[in-house]
Amino acid sequence: MNWMANFLFLQQSTPLPVAAIDWHASLFVLFALVACGAAVMVVVTDNVVRMALHLVLSLGATAGLFFLAGAEFVGSMQLMIYVGGTLVLLVFGVMLTAQTKLVALRTPPGDRVIAGILAAALLAVLVQSAVSIETWRRPGRAETQPPTATPLGMALVGVRVDSPDSAAESQRRSGYLLPFEIVSVHLLVVLVGAAYLARAKRRRTPRAIDVVASADHPPSPRPSGRPDDREAASVLIGSGR
Amino acid sequence: MAEFLMNTVGLPTWLAWSVTAGVAAFLILNVIAGGALVFIWAERKIAARIQDRLGPTRTGGRFGWLQSLADGIKLLAKEDLMPDGADTLLFRLAPYVSFCASFCAFIAMPFAFDVVGQRLNVGVFFVIAVLGLEVFGVILAGYASASKWSLFGAMREAAQVVSYEVPLGMCVVVPVMLAGSMDLVTIGEKQAGWLTNWYLFHDPFTFVIFWVYFTCAVASVNRAPFDLAEAESELVAGFHTEYSGLRWSFFFMAEYGSMFLVSGLAAVLFLGGWNGPIPIAELAGWSDGSAVTAPYAVRLLGCANLLAKATVGVLLMMWIRWTLPRLRIDQVMTTCLKYCTPIAAAMFAGVMLWQLFLPGGLLPGGRRTAIAVREGWLEQAVEKPEDSSAVSTDAGSSVSQQLAGVAER
Repeated sequence: MNWMANFLFLQQSTPLPVAAIDWHASLFVLFALVACGAAVMVVVTDNVVRMALHLVLSLGATAGLFFLAGAEFVGSMQLMIYVGGTLVLLVFGVMLTAQTKLVALRTPPGDRVIAGILAAALLAVLVQSAVSIETWRRPGRAETQPPTATPLGMALVGVRVDSPDSAAESQRRSGYLLPFEIVSVHLLVVLVGAAYLARAKRRRTPRAIDVVASADHPPSPRPSGRPDDREAASVLIGSGR
Repeated sequence: MAEFLMNTVGLPTWLAWSVTAGVAAFLILNVIAGGALVFIWAERKIAARIQDRLGPTRTGGRFGWLQSLADGIKLLAKEDLMPDGADTLLFRLAPYVSFCASFCAFIAMPFAFDVVGQRLNVGVFFVIAVLGLEVFGVILAGYASASKWSLFGAMREAAQVVSYEVPLGMCVVVPVMLAGSMDLVTIGEKQAGWLTNWYLFHDPFTFVIFWVYFTCAVASVNRAPFDLAEAESELVAGFHTEYSGLRWSFFFMAEYGSMFLVSGLAAVLFLGGWNGPIPIAELAGWSDGSAVTAPYAVRLLGCANLLAKATVGVLLMMWIRWTLPRLRIDQVMTTCLKYCTPIAAAMFAGVMLWQLFLPGGLLPGGRRTAIAVREGWLEQAVEKPEDSSAVSTDAGSSVSQQLAGVAER
């Protein structure tokens, strides 16, 4: 607990007695408490919409932590992607619980036990790894130049500002742009696939097996004989196109 | 200002910073609340004139100046109702979520050179991200009201959000690309000088993309023709059907605050920010830092410029609202996704190519760059940091940062 004590009693080094409260530390504690408390509430609450709200609170407090650490870009990203993405969760929650049947989601006790064990194991690993890093245990903040988004952007195209190295080394390094692009193209493929699967089925395309079947048996004079064809026809008529 | 309080008045560090933050928050709150009062009155007058009526005429003299104030008092006195089946916590929380999102976005919004709550390195991104949170209030309100009309409004809002956010993000990227910075102060400062330096007139593509931005901005603040979530003629009052009194007025203040914000953002990104169409401050010689009061005067003028531009933007939104009919939800999605997104993408590519091949503009040496205009002043400010550090939070350091940024290019 030495590192925590060091962290919480940063103010011992400040000379002014009036400034006894270290604002950085106290704000950190505030945001951290909100983040953790809201995260616990996500698990405890039954109502899906309230869960989503607590998730928003938790993620927003995490963004606050980022801003506190001077990482404005990461903080804004957190707001944009995570908090904004929770919006979709919220919408799903609203859609599900608009009917009173699903307002309260009860988790079976067995699931709770398993989830608890898993969460505790993950927490143990994370705390262990966080404490074991030597540089993170030192109290006080690193005196660096004002953080900007520029180093991030430069690193994306392969120029590392934070760790200057030889020209040959930076020649070999390709940056994060290519992996980033590959991941985004993957995501795009997933999106297109999802849109294809969920599209409104307007016209029944002949499948290979149907073609084989029609080769064996001559096509019936009334193509709307099978039920799925009728369904397709009704969709066609119903959509008015 | 914090440094001024610490060094001159002798306040301790924490108190100086708290006072500074308090003053900034108070000013922003005044911009939102006072702005809402004025704009609601203006909206009523404009709506009336467009519809060939008179609008409010009696309260407070000839033009009904005090109508908004009377409305405000009425709202305070109204009973605070809550439906029986409402989700109490969420119902109470929703207006504040909307209002806080609108308020927080103003933190990074500059009103003049360095007159900004907190100068963020990623100002544009922050403003857009925080503004997106306003939707939470709308959806929570719609859900928590336990009313079908409210729920309809919330669901429409959700569908609208996913359609306008994509083109809006694309439009905002263009000035960022031109300025080479996401810092709103830097973006505004790059457009100093005559109005030909505004990014609106930078090249044909930016001129087009400004209007795309404006369309998406109107959609993002739920104004007609995109007021699907509210839709008085279809959904009673949409997501705020069940709200009354002060809670309802919070929604309204959030709406007018956001309108002002997106207009201000449009001004900073495309319309030169706090730099007037004619660089009065430059011509009058205030910008060379010769007089002690010069920084104050320049900033005051800048504030007036930006507020005027943002007000024009808001008035334009009112004009649109009372002119165009409301779109259907599928038309909204078509407008945003099928038209605005491809146009924004094409314009983005166009601006990129323009920057590559015609960085100096069409006329050879015709355009004065912003750097040439402002450089003298910036150097002065760096030489005499005590002049400017008294004015703003950290003018000296930010000017030197900016100079470093100029030198990089």
